[in-house]
Amino acid sequence: MLVAGLVVLAVLLLGALIGPYHLPPKDVLRLIALGLSGQETSGPQATVLFNIRLPRVLAAALVGAALAVAGSAYQVTFRNPLVSPDILGVSAGAGLGAVLGIFLGLPVLAIQGLSFASGLGTVALVMLVGRAVGGRAETLPLVLCGIAIGALAGAGISLLKVLADPDDQLPAMTFWLLGSLAGIQRGDVWLIVPPMLLGLVPLFLLRWRIGVLALGEDEAKALGVDTRRLRWLVIGSATLITSAAVAAAGTIGWIGLMVPHMARLAIGARFDRVLPMSLILGAGLMVLIDTLARSIATTEVPLGVLTAVIGAPVFLVLLARRNTGWN
Amino acid sequence: MELIRTTGLAIGAAQKTVARGIDITLCRSEILGVLGPNGAGKTTLFRTILGLAPAHDGDILLGGTPMAQLTRRKIAHRIAYVPQSMSAPFPDKVSDYVLAGRTAHLGPFAAPGAADRTRAASALAALGITALADAPINRISGGERQAAMIARAVAQDAPALMLDEPDAALDFGKREHLAQLLQGLATQGYGLIFTSHDPFFIERVADRVLTIDRQGHCRSGRADEMITDAQLSALYGIAEHDVRQARRGRRAETGIGRMSRMDASA
Repeated sequence: MLVAGLVVLAVLLLGALIGPYHLPPKDVLRLIALGLSGQETSGPQATVLFNIRLPRVLAAALVGAALAVAGSAYQVTFRNPLVSPDILGVSAGAGLGAVLGIFLGLPVLAIQGLSFASGLGTVALVMLVGRAVGGRAETLPLVLCGIAIGALAGAGISLLKVLADPDDQLPAMTFWLLGSLAGIQRGDVWLIVPPMLLGLVPLFLLRWRIGVLALGEDEAKALGVDTRRLRWLVIGSATLITSAAVAAAGTIGWIGLMVPHMARLAIGARFDRVLPMSLILGAGLMVLIDTLARSIATTEVPLGVLTAVIGAPVFLVLLARRNTGWN
Repeated sequence: MELIRTTGLAIGAAQKTVARGIDITLCRSEILGVLGPNGAGKTTLFRTILGLAPAHDGDILLGGTPMAQLTRRKIAHRIAYVPQSMSAPFPDKVSDYVLAGRTAHLGPFAAPGAADRTRAASALAALGITALADAPINRISGGERQAAMIARAVAQDAPALMLDEPDAALDFGKREHLAQLLQGLATQGYGLIFTSHDPFFIERVADRVLTIDRQGHCRSGRADEMITDAQLSALYGIAEHDVRQARRGRRAETGIGRMSRMDASA
């Protein structure tokens, strides 16, 4: 885990080095050291580094970490390795909010706010309906409600895309739905940190108990865990961090599904270890992918495209190399 | 010391009561076998005593305290549950699986520490599966999984163990091993309740027997009084003659078991 952490730090620095404006490694390190010690920095190099490069790299790290952690928590809670953070409709809901914001011509901050609120609201609706339809403890009705309500949100997105101005709004919507960090500004990083921390802290504190949920309702209870309260807490926390990530960067698939598997392949199935490992790997992978997204072509490649193009083969190779045999 | 007592307990799923008037007393070093046809309510009885399903009527006392006054954690300090099969969706190591038994002894934000790992290791040793500590639970045999599940319950440090059909997936040799293991646990002071589909396994292991028939009537008594041809015939709705046949078949099977062991040593 220490090794993985160091590699991620290196990837973060690499992300800060690469870009159209040439920043030599020496200067980057000097400026970061100056910045950390609280001294004034100025000049074009500092502007590029602190206003463009670093915010974007940090946002990528936060978004990747958030999606990976949420994915690992959802997989354990729903006892299913195929679950990703959007299982309860958070991505579809957040997407609908953002597309509506773009359609109404709202400013960027309002689009992000609407997306965040709409993601949370969708999952809240799923939980209410799931509870009404399927009773208290069952997860399957909850998942089915998530699929149904996610489909409704998807229909709303499609409708808005048809109604949108094809020259101006539609490309913005499409780009947002495929995920991008191109619009990230310095202030945005501070905006997504509080909801992420609010979700991450409970998951970290309760990591051992959350791992016990993987044994199933009856066994976890017999081992002394109040499963119902814990499950709501996990879903709430994971939804909060996913919503924040999606509001900042659009819907980015694959990370939340794939990174927890990579973490388990690296250090085993224990959730209290998978959680920090997912955080580290998610951050590193996202920064790497985002750096590629803005440097391999003259126009930015949507993140959602790259996560799938890179993620799927890496995932298959990992699977083939180590037979994991999930019963 | 009295570990579990139920008085006039009625059990069932949702609105339908399947059995009533269940009086159980389990003390330290005692083994109670629960016998009954499929669907009679053995599993529901287990879930009710573990606090996983609500009692329809009657009282449950765990260590002298009414169930309603106990939190999940406190119940877990009093009873450990050994499920019929493993259901972990992610392949934990055996030692980590057993470590989960320590959960009820941890604070809400804590992870197991050195003392917990030592307790888990001693539970593995007690079950004779120390060598499997690092093996993934999906790569070990049925009998080894059974041992790992019991080790987890032992690591939980609860005085009463409830085992759901522990003999279900075991071959003849492993059953005999399990029988000795359960009796060994009772000798150490654990009180055990287990279910089985095999009256002769219950006869072999249990001190006392509770039977639940299809009508939901419960009887309990000493094992030798309860596992009689007449009782089994009434319980399962088959002729006494057939019960005797089954017993003879069992004796023959036992004989074959002995012979094959002799073959192996020859």
